Amino acid sequence: MTRRQLLLALGALVVVILVLENTGPFRNGQFAAMAYYAIAAGGLTVLTGLNGQLSLGHGALMAVGAYTAALMLQERDAALPLVLILLIATGVTLVVGALVGVAAARLHGPYLAGATLALAVAVPGIPLYFSETLGGEQGLRVRVPEIPTWLADAVYFVTGQDLTPTRYLAYLGWLGVIIVFVLLANLSRSRIGRIWQAVRDDEVAAELAGINLGRARVLAFVVSAGCAGLAGGLLALSARIAAPSGFTLTLSLLLLSAVVLGGLGSLVGALVGAALLTFLPQVVTGVGEDLGLTDVQAAQLAPLIYGLVTVLVVLLAPAGLAGGLRKLTQWRRST
Amino acid sequence: MQQLLTTVLTGLTLGMVYAAFALALVLIWRATRIVNFAQAPMAMITTYLALVLIDAGYSYWLGFAVALLSGLVLGAVVERFVVRHVEGKSEVNAVILTLGLFIVLHALAALIFGSRFRSFPAPFGLRGFQVGDTTIALTGFGVFTIVAVAVVLVGLVLLFRGTDLGLRMRASAVNQEVSRLLGVKVGRMLTLGWALAALVGSLSGLLIAGGGLVHPSYMDGVVVYGFVAAVLGGLDSPVGAVVGGVLLGLSLSLVSGYVGSELVPLAALVILMAVLLLKPGGLFAHVRERSV
Repeated sequence: MTRRQLLLALGALVVVILVLENTGPFRNGQFAAMAYYAIAAGGLTVLTGLNGQLSLGHGALMAVGAYTAALMLQERDAALPLVLILLIATGVTLVVGALVGVAAARLHGPYLAGATLALAVAVPGIPLYFSETLGGEQGLRVRVPEIPTWLADAVYFVTGQDLTPTRYLAYLGWLGVIIVFVLLANLSRSRIGRIWQAVRDDEVAAELAGINLGRARVLAFVVSAGCAGLAGGLLALSARIAAPSGFTLTLSLLLLSAVVLGGLGSLVGALVGAALLTFLPQVVTGVGEDLGLTDVQAAQLAPLIYGLVTVLVVLLAPAGLAGGLRKLTQWRRST
Repeated sequence: MQQLLTTVLTGLTLGMVYAAFALALVLIWRATRIVNFAQAPMAMITTYLALVLIDAGYSYWLGFAVALLSGLVLGAVVERFVVRHVEGKSEVNAVILTLGLFIVLHALAALIFGSRFRSFPAPFGLRGFQVGDTTIALTGFGVFTIVAVAVVLVGLVLLFRGTDLGLRMRASAVNQEVSRLLGVKVGRMLTLGWALAALVGSLSGLLIAGGGLVHPSYMDGVVVYGFVAAVLGGLDSPVGAVVGGVLLGLSLSLVSGYVGSELVPLAALVILMAVLLLKPGGLFAHVRERSV
């Protein structure tokens, strides 16, 4: 970890504290949602942007993390500390990701897309079949454990405000974002990241250079799945539920479009995409209702915009919004 | 025995619909090397158009014809104005583009037609035929489904094998450069390929909807089953797609009948992975090896 990254991470932490302390419960909840979208999108952007593997199944991997966490959070007094539960959710999803990744490593392009699409459609059926343990259609209720006293005291000492459960979850989520993004940034600049890019850019050249293609692909998938698992666990906590309807194909597709909008392979882009996924619906739904649409119709405007912008980005600016901005600033500087 | 017969007959009917959908995917794959994941919402939109006409009091057959025609137009428009720009470029971009279209069409349908479940009529009986004292699971609509898909398949074979136009379409799919040198208007052939595929896709949308419920995501599972069926057949061969569709329909129907309908998509995933890992060229591939 370089000094620059440490400063960035600390700066981000300060911004997070300032923002979360100065917003109400509703915004806190939205920021918690943005955090889990950002973690999932961060993992997906590394997989797709750096390694060239397309996954439409990340919603399903989030479901694995969410259900794992939910199973351990059935009682008010969870047997394990919350951080450990989230780590276990991440670990279980890592294992599932390894299984999927081993199969996926041999596929590319449309075949991989189709296989992960099948995963996204298949996974919500599993809790319906095992409805005894996994709660069926209604899903599993998730109980947020008590905030540890030392943490509540520490936060009160620093900010002078009581720590509400929603704000607690938002802090947890953003702490996750900072840790995951620092890890991903380091990983993508490291030898492993360069190997992933080599595999993406030219398989034959990479293989000639002594890279094990399969191993590189599986590793990228596993890392990405771990992020999705953590994001799923946080989602279950924020939503207080893990239910099949939360992990539809739409979730997977929206995650992908968030990553494309932000710019494939860019962590800043993943953050931008997550912000769009969280805040755009409220804005455009309001506009739609002003234009005389019913609330059900207006709720469709946000996905419509994601879809349209995704199509436009692929056609006009394949580097995404973040990449487009970067190009613009470079162009300004050079003129 | 009775249950097995029921399962097999249901599977056969469903399999023909998957076959039609797989056929649509294969047609586009052959022409442009793109798997059109947006085929599902395209078929959903055209089925909604039929439903609007039928609900307005027009006959089922008018709705049917309008749906197929609008599928033809939609396919041509999508190829000419959207997909044309990514053809022959990065595979990942093409897939993302079709998924973007997927989201757009989904949202548009929910916006225009509403997202509640609406029932779709069927032109033929939905009760099983009587044989002696027992009712078998083959319905009038089931027979219509099988016949319709068979007619389309024969039509496509005649088009591709028997006509000059079909020859030109096949040539453009095999080698664009050479076809262009020989005077084939390749762009036009690709547009036509997408249009035909969308027509076949619309047919499968109508057949799935018949006698059932329609809502914006009712085709989402079908795109997976269609893809699995197409891969079973090798993604390249129309006949393979049909055989793959029927095989998949039968297998999924067995899973649904004896294990549980919730696990049908999971079974499709297992079948897909098994085929891709063991026989990536599909069950009837012409080439022995193909990298997936």
